[in-house]
Parts: sequence; structure tokens; C-alpha cells
Amino acid sequence: MGKKLDPKLFEALEQVIVRYKDHKGPLMPVMQAAQDLFGYLPIEVQDYIARGLDIPLVKVYGVATFYSQFKLEPNGENTISVCLGTACYVRGAQKVLDRLKEELGIEEGKTTPDGLFTLSGTRCLGCCGLAPVIMINDDVYGRLKPDDIPGILDKYRRARSA
Amino acid sequence: MELFRSHVLVCGGTGCTSSGSAQIIEQFEKHIAERGLEREIKVVRTGCFGLCEAGPVVIVYPEGAFYSRVKPEDVNEIVEEHLLKGRIVQRLIYKGDGAAPERERSLDKIGFYKKQKRIALRNCGVIDPENIDEYIAMDGYQALAKVLGGMKPMDVVNTVLESGLRGRGGAGFPTGLKWKFAMGGATPKYIVCNADEGDPGAFMDRSVLEGDPHAVLEAMAIAGYAVGASQGYIYVRAEYPIAVKRLGIAIGQAREYGLLGKNIFGSEFDFDIELRLGAGAFVCGEETALFSSIEGERGEPRPKPPFPAVKGVFGGPTIINNVETLANIPQIIVRGPEWFSAIGTEKSKGTKVFALGGKVNNTGLVEVPMGTTLREIVYEIGGGIPGGKAFKAAQTGGPSGGCIPAEHLDTPIDYDSLAAIGSMMGSGGLIVLDEDDCMVDIARFFLEFTVDESCGKCPPCRIGTRRMLEILERIVSGKGEPGDIDKLIKLGSTIKRTAMCGLGQSAPNPVLSTIRYFRDEYEAHINEKRCPAGHCKALMRYIIDPDKCKRCGICARACPVGAISGDKTRPYTIDPAVCVKCGLCIEKCRFGAIYTK
Ligand SMILES: Cc1cc2nc3c(=O)[nH]c(=O)nc-3n(C[C@H](O)[C@H](O)[C@H](O)COP(=O)(O)O)c2cc1C
Ligand code: FES
Repeated sequence: MGKKLDPKLFEALEQVIVRYKDHKGPLMPVMQAAQDLFGYLPIEVQDYIARGLDIPLVKVYGVATFYSQFKLEPNGENTISVCLGTACYVRGAQKVLDRLKEELGIEEGKTTPDGLFTLSGTRCLGCCGLAPVIMINDDVYGRLKPDDIPGILDKYRRARSA
Repeated sequence: MELFRSHVLVCGGTGCTSSGSAQIIEQFEKHIAERGLEREIKVVRTGCFGLCEAGPVVIVYPEGAFYSRVKPEDVNEIVEEHLLKGRIVQRLIYKGDGAAPERERSLDKIGFYKKQKRIALRNCGVIDPENIDEYIAMDGYQALAKVLGGMKPMDVVNTVLESGLRGRGGAGFPTGLKWKFAMGGATPKYIVCNADEGDPGAFMDRSVLEGDPHAVLEAMAIAGYAVGASQGYIYVRAEYPIAVKRLGIAIGQAREYGLLGKNIFGSEFDFDIELRLGAGAFVCGEETALFSSIEGERGEPRPKPPFPAVKGVFGGPTIINNVETLANIPQIIVRGPEWFSAIGTEKSKGTKVFALGGKVNNTGLVEVPMGTTLREIVYEIGGGIPGGKAFKAAQTGGPSGGCIPAEHLDTPIDYDSLAAIGSMMGSGGLIVLDEDDCMVDIARFFLEFTVDESCGKCPPCRIGTRRMLEILERIVSGKGEPGDIDKLIKLGSTIKRTAMCGLGQSAPNPVLSTIRYFRDEYEAHINEKRCPAGHCKALMRYIIDPDKCKRCGICARACPVGAISGDKTRPYTIDPAVCVKCGLCIEKCRFGAIYTK
């Protein structure tokens, strides 16, 4: 299990658990808050939640693996989400995704070995007018052609080396 | 309220935010302040105007001048010329669909808006969604006041019944009836708003939540009063950060104004709303799976009956309605059921919002009276197909729906007509496909989605859809076999009959409906190993037209596998045995000499 988890984050998680404990159906909101804090849900965090809410760990794990948003491994520094919604698909999203895979040398759902990028597919981002669309962290890039990809990636590579 | 001589409305919907509307607002505020006009001109960040294609969109009132694709560096000119000197900046005015240029194009003159009727979207793009006062100024919370000020619960339910409103989440169940079923029975009861919007190519509900969140809160409170519930939940996709934020603000403001909480409008009625975020599972849009998710379980559906009105979330009787369904309620109460039922067709009343996308000029959000034809939507509102291509089909209902071919372009859009031609109304995704789109591949695309999203609880859906996908993948990669079409039909009909929830029961629809209308495309893939649309890579051949080839050699240099040969003396050719069909040569050729077959 990679690096050590920050104890301060567990303190914050404790407060979240206290806040939600008496709500009906507290598990998902607590897990969502935990993922915001830690960036993902390592088994230690799942265990902590299970104890805090007094439920079996297997239940937390079951929920964590059911929903695609819960991550059991940390993401890279930058998350690239390629819209694979219908509007983007018919306007060439697959080509954009293929180019990204090629440039990064990874498959969808994976992180580059240097930890700089995670590549993921997502559903309609709500800007079909700009199709095809990708989102890197919170920035949206629209009306893309596969040839735009290297330039966009370079921006993030430069930002890191700077 | 303060009076301003001009209002600058900047779209803050997701589409325009992505294309930079936040910087535009900043620029307006800066340039207006520099000229000391803050007390005369008000900048409002609104919800979606609908015409996302033209974004970022800015509208200046009182003139109603409609500026499109505005860039931050254009703002100074708009402030200087239009706001200061009263001269509209023609260069930035939306020219749109090639209609006769007009000096100033305002909303009601633009083809995109002419045929529309905005009920669910009436405040989107008009008010500041983060300011409850603006909603109240548009008669907001008047319906709730009317209901609490003297209507009996039964009167409320009857009003909704008489309006003829049917659920906009896909199934089209009469809303009033749903409410009536929940009137008696056990307590506590719950009102749930389904804001999980699962169709992978649609964003109607998101725009309502982003542009007019209070309408949904007000409707939920009205439903709560009608059936005797005091707690509501909005289950919203976590992928909608702007909607989540604005809903949070709206709930806070409504509580502050006493419009949510205890003793609303001084009555005995208590009602409050909690937000719950989804976590990326399509099946959670299905109502019983959504309940499981709110309860903190894996989002697996449960068998029905018991229906939600009897046993829903946390075991209590529950009304679950879609966002757009709810957005209609306040106006039905204020303006009366007759007003609403006068709009639309005999069995489908009111309007429907569609997210128009794909191969159409004006992509965006449109709201039309039920009974409008597909042709009107695609050609008059949507401005037709780009590049003069031919319309092939429209896909409605996303992964649960089907396609409508050109021969049915004049079908009036309502629940029953669409069902009769093998498609469905769905929640409002409407994707236009042109001659370049392969229908077999579209069916494969949707099935891949449902296979991915199947929760795995029942075998017909878990195993059956996967088998169908495997067959489709074979067909598009040139390995289809005679008999595949019949196998797909047989499997599809069995899954429809035997799956436990709506996801599985509707998953075969995209396949069955494309077979129904485009069987010849399936046959071409299987028997001739040919993709008529020229889309399927494995079946494609890249060819250089010797007459158009200028022998420049750019393609040969671009080809990553060295499949292209030729020189100054003879036209270049592609060796199909080596070609990996990457398409790079087509992109690079400046003379359009390379094509696929
Ligand atoms: C697989 C599946 C996905 C669904 N997704 C949604 C959705 O995203 N939004 C929605 O409002 N209804 C969705 N529904 C329909 C709901 O189950 C339910 O019928 C609807 O929320 C009822 O509200 P209405 O009567 O106002 O339409 C889905 C149904 C199925 C079977
Ligand atoms: S389908 Fe990609 S933004 Fe809508």
C-alpha cells in the first residue's frame, strides 16, 4: 500500500462520519466525502468508514466496487475524461480516444507510468454543441480533431516540468 | 428591486461555461465598472438558452440583441458600442441558419426559437438561478402559496390529473395517477426527484436544474402536500457539478425564506429536501435501483410490485418523478389544468424538451409542443444537416430507445405515435444521424453501453445482452454469419420478456429497431462484408483517386506503416494488405484525393 495516509485526513473523515451518522442512508455521502478527502478509497479508509458507521467492511467494499465513480486506486495528476456520449460518438469521439491512447500509451481507465495522466471515458458532459469533447480536470476542450491532442497534452507536460 | 436600463444575460449553462462564459462575465463586469455603469447595467449569469451550438451566448435587453460565439476580447466592443452608444455590434450578432440577415436578431425572430414553446424551460436563460428573488419575480412559489392557501390535497391531485401531464422520465405514466396512488397508506412518505439523467447523450434535466432549480423544489413541496410527505430527496448525478451547486444554493435560500422547512407559509405543512449524489451507475436512474442507492446500498433494482407508491425509499410510500415532469407542475397549478391540456395532442399533453445533437446544425436544447413533427425539429428548429448530407435517422430514447427513419419524419412526436413505430419518447435525447453513420455500429454503441451498465442481478440482462453484443461486434468486424440477424431478434425478444428491470427489458430496443428499418445494412455487413455508410473500419478500404492525386507524396510520408507507394511519375496507391486503416492519409491529403469504400 504505497505511501502513508495523512492522519489529518482521518480526523476530517471522523467529522464527516459524526455529521452523517444519524442521517438515513449515510453510507454514500460519507464515501463521497472520503473520496474527496483522500482522492480515492484505499482499503484503510473503507475499513475506517465501516467501523465508524458500524457496518461490515464487505458492505462498504460492495458499494465501492458497484459505482464507477468510486476509485480504489489513486488517479494521476491530471484526469482526462473523454466524452463517449452519443452526440460525441457520432461526431468522432472514438478517433479522439484512439489518439489519446496512442499518445499516452495506455488503455482507457489506466494511468501513465509517470503518474501524469489518467485516461477515462465518461458520458455526456452536457456540451454536445461542442462535440467531440474532452475534459482535463475541470477544463473542457471542444470541437476537437485528433491532431489537436498532442498540443493539448504538451501544455500539461510543460506545466509539470515548470 | 432596483431598476436597470439594460440587462446583459450571459449563459452560464454547462455548454457555454465550457466555452468560456465565465471569463466573459468577468470582462463585462470589469468594463462596465471601468465606465461607472454598474448602477445602470446589470450582468446576469443565467441558465441555458438552448442554442448551445452558438455558445457562448450573450443577450442584451431591452433590445433583445442575440450575440453568439462571443470571446472575452469582444466584450469591450459590446460595452463601448452597444451599452454606451446604443449601436448593436452587427459582427457578433447571431446569423444562424442562413435566414435573411436582419439588423438585429432577437430571440423570437430566430428560427431556432420560433417553433418552440417554453414551459419547463421558461425561466432557463431568463433568470439568475442563484437568486431566489428572480424566481419569485417570475411568479415563483405562487403555486405553493395557492396550494397551501386553500386547496385540499385531493384538489391538487385532481388538478394534476386533469392536466393530462405524463412522466417525462421515459415511461410516460400519468403523473396525477401516480400521486393519487400514494395518497393513502403508511407514513412516513417521501417525494423523490429523479435527476440521474442516464441517457448518455442528453442533458435536458441538467439544464432545468442549472437554470431554474426553484421550480423543482416548489413542485416537490406541492407533491409533498398532496400526499402528506414531509421529506424529499433529489438524486442528482455527481457528474453535474454546476447543477449540484445551484440546487444547494436554492435549497438554502428557500429555507431562509421559509419556503422549505417547518410551517411553510404559516401553515401546518412541513417539508424539507435533501440532496443525494449519484456515483456513476446508469441503472440508478431506474426508480427502485435509485431507492437502493439513496439507502446506501449497491444500486440494484428490486422486483415490482410493490410499486413505489406502496413501498419506496426506506420502505415508505414514495412518489418519484423526473425533473422535467416536476418543472411543469407549478405552472399547471397557477394557470390551471385546462391551460396545460390545451397544448399538445389528445393523449400527450404539454411540451417536451429534447437535447438535439449529432448531425444537425443547431445542436442544443429545444422545447416543443407534443405533436410537433420530427421534420420540424430537425429542419426548422435544428436548421438541417451540416454539409448538405442526407438525413438517415433520428435516435430517441438513448440506450432504451430506437431510431426513426426518414420515412417517418412526419410522425407527430408524442408517446403513442413513437411507440407505434418502434421507438420511444424516452427522456429527451434526440440524436440526428446522417448518411455517414452506420446503423449497425450505432446499435453496437448502445449495447456496449448497456452491457457495461448492467448491474448483473438477472441473467437475461447480464448474459443475454453480452451475447448480443458479441454478435454485433462480429458483424461490424466483418465476421458476421448468415443467421446472425435471426439470432439477434430471438435473443432480443427473450431478454425483453424476461429481464427483471427496465434496463434489461429495453436494452435490445436499439438493435431491434435498427434491424426493423435498416436490415439491408446488417445484410450488407454480413453477406457482402461491406459497410454501406463507409464507417466500419474493418470493412473499409482506403483508395487514392488517380485523377485527383497530385503526386505530392504527403500521404506516403504520413503513412505509419508504409502502405502507400508511388512517385512523381505515377499516382500513389495504397496496398490494402498493409494498410491499418488509421485514416491519417485522408487527413493529410490536401486535394481530397483519398476516399474510403
Ligand atoms: C434503466 C433505466 C434508466 C432510467 N433512467 C432515468 C433517468 O435517468 N431519469 C429519469 O427521470 N427516469 C429514468 N428512468 C425512469 C424511472 O424509473 C421512472 O420511471 C421515472 O423516474 C418516473 O418519473 P416520471 O413519471 O416523472 O417520468 C429510468 C428507467 C430505467 C429502466
Ligand atoms: S455527448 Fe458529449 S457532450 Fe453530450
